[in-house]
Amino acid sequence: MTLKVFVPRDAGAEAVGAGDVAAALAAAAYRRGVDIEIVRTGSRGLYWLEPLVEAETSEGRVAFGPATPVDADGILDAVVGGVGHPLTLGPVESIPWLKRQTRLTFARCGIVDPRSIGDYGRHGGWQGLSRALALGPAGTIEEVVQSGLRGRGGAGFPTGIKWRTVAAAPGPKKYIVCNADEGDSGTFADRMIMEGDPFMVIEGMIIAGIAVGAAQGYVYIRSEYPHAIAAMQAAIEAARHAGYLGEGMAESAHAFDLEVRVGAGAYVCGEETSLLESLEGKRGVVRAKPPLPAHKGLFGRPTVINNVISLATVPAILADGAERYRDLGMGRSRGTMPIQLAGNVMQGGLFETAFGVTLGELVDDIGGGTFTGRPVRAVQVGGPLGAYFPRALFDTPFDYEAFAARDGLIGHGGVVVFDDSVDMARQARFAMEFCAIESCGKCTPCRIGSTRGVETIDRIVRGEGRDEQIAVLTDLCNTLKFGSLCALGGFTPYPVMSALTHFPEDFGAAPERLDAAE
Amino acid sequence: MPAFTPWSAERATEIIASEAGREGALLPILHALQAAFGYIDRAAEPLIADALNLSRAEVHGVVTFYHDFRSEPAGKHVLRLCRAEACQAAGGDALVDHAERRLGTPIGTTTPGGDVTLEAVYCLGLCALGPSAMLDGRVVARLDAAGLDALLDEAGP
Ligand SMILES: Cc1cc2nc3c(=O)[nH]c(=O)nc-3n(C[C@H](O)[C@H](O)[C@H](O)COP(=O)(O)O)c2cc1C
Ligand code: SF4
Ligand code: FES
Repeated sequence: MTLKVFVPRDAGAEAVGAGDVAAALAAAAYRRGVDIEIVRTGSRGLYWLEPLVEAETSEGRVAFGPATPVDADGILDAVVGGVGHPLTLGPVESIPWLKRQTRLTFARCGIVDPRSIGDYGRHGGWQGLSRALALGPAGTIEEVVQSGLRGRGGAGFPTGIKWRTVAAAPGPKKYIVCNADEGDSGTFADRMIMEGDPFMVIEGMIIAGIAVGAAQGYVYIRSEYPHAIAAMQAAIEAARHAGYLGEGMAESAHAFDLEVRVGAGAYVCGEETSLLESLEGKRGVVRAKPPLPAHKGLFGRPTVINNVISLATVPAILADGAERYRDLGMGRSRGTMPIQLAGNVMQGGLFETAFGVTLGELVDDIGGGTFTGRPVRAVQVGGPLGAYFPRALFDTPFDYEAFAARDGLIGHGGVVVFDDSVDMARQARFAMEFCAIESCGKCTPCRIGSTRGVETIDRIVRGEGRDEQIAVLTDLCNTLKFGSLCALGGFTPYPVMSALTHFPEDFGAAPERLDAAE
Repeated sequence: MPAFTPWSAERATEIIASEAGREGALLPILHALQAAFGYIDRAAEPLIADALNLSRAEVHGVVTFYHDFRSEPAGKHVLRLCRAEACQAAGGDALVDHAERRLGTPIGTTTPGGDVTLEAVYCLGLCALGPSAMLDGRVVARLDAAGLDALLDEAGP
């Protein structure tokens, strides 16, 4: 009997040696005359356990990790010979970190072979598309509206409403654009799904195309993601070959085709209008709104532009019904969020769960504190434009409105953990510097103010007229906030002001007085 | 390590022609040129402008807007170190210091002999396994000074 073993080909797993582990397993099996099939999957998202090797047994898949090439023989002994192994993690599905999650968008990620369209179909793929074809365009949009799905790219705009606008926009030609620019530090959900379950992204885009009447789609992937680019290209080719793309796709009257386009290292090109400019072959300068992309988007045509996760979640919503999705979550944040734990964290990775989990649970309990073993001091949520949270705010639930109420944002769901060695003035300075490096140049506060911000923070740190300079910095942040066309300039004040507000001692203030009660 | 063709206007014209028919062809053209030659020669700009019916200034504006496009060839190896927040939290800054010392060149430059171009990158999506890097297109994570040295030794410089 053939032994089936699964080793991720995800970039994160590859970066810690998954390819070498797969090769070592193949060599070890050959030496023993064991007939082996190695399936290269996506990652389950438990990155501290990567490379995570799984083997099919009579009790389901069992896991070993983090594996190195020298563990190959031992792992085979354990699987074939029933010998114990120190890296054994038992049945994958009962690993608590995985078991605690609610995996809807990531249901297949790490399980299926992302290069196999057959595997996709066998694991529930295309059911959302069948349902969409049965419901028709209006019914499909209604279902997405009812699910409460909000855009996962950061702004949290209701996806169904966006689709409705594009469907209603007149015009012979419309586009679907998948925003796979994922530039936020601390995020990798888009990358994981493209590498681990690319057909789901394609299915979501096909459904969007049918719903709004678009025949052409683009996936704009950042150039820093070569593995994701290769995975999406391979999947698009396979889907076209199987009749899911092109004229009369999926045996329907619709036509829809897709193409991957590669970014060129500009963070601002994740902003939707900058991305459209870039797709048109121009400098990624942000456009003024209105007109909305839904009315005048790519090449002036009505365009749906959605984040990878927004689009990838649609097939799951349609397959299981809007209600199941809407019933999860809290407040106006419905469904699940793939939260990404990153930075100095013990158990980093992708944790998909219903909205409402608190920041403290995420960092301390699920993340297991810091990798260095030192106390957690600050957490940046929502990428480089997100606020830094101190421990005192760890009761904040993961929810768009709850984070906004605390002068923060959840963005694309990245949570970056820092230990007590962090210098928050340095982090604030970096936020300004990043804004200066990545500014598209259209607005003066963003283009020039950010560099002034760096200089001002330097003066504060050197103790040159501290109070005065803090007033200058605060003013500057207000100018950025209200005088910027997009969130790059507009939200850079979040990390800066949160660092200053919650960690004044790093900006040369006298250490905070302890409360009399303590 | 990819082998690049020396700049040739003929080859460039072919590449441009093969991509020019696409919607929004400029970025695909620039990527294809850089993949072939390792950088975008200034002499390519008028060729592209002609093919796409743009002004040279427009083409130049696009080439210079994007961080990815090089105006001159890189070193034999390109080492990109992640400088974004999640890697900072995991010790990325110290790794950059180490790389600069070991290579004797500041980040954003190429070693005098042309062996290694040391560059900053802002996130590789490996943020749960920082600090991360990319050497000639190959991703590496959980890097420390010793790991970086081993990587560079293996690459040659
Ligand atoms: C500077 C900046 C960078 C952004 N980067 C991304 C990105 O990488 N990916 C993304 O999906 N959205 C990004 N956005 C948000 C997009 O502008 C837009 O809201 C999103 O693509 C809409 O899709 P959604 O409704 O599905 O979230 C960015 C916004 C700004 C201001
Ligand atoms: S805020 Fe900055 S990035 Fe955004 S449009 Fe203005 S200059 Fe461009
Ligand atoms: S921040 Fe370094 S890989 Fe994402």
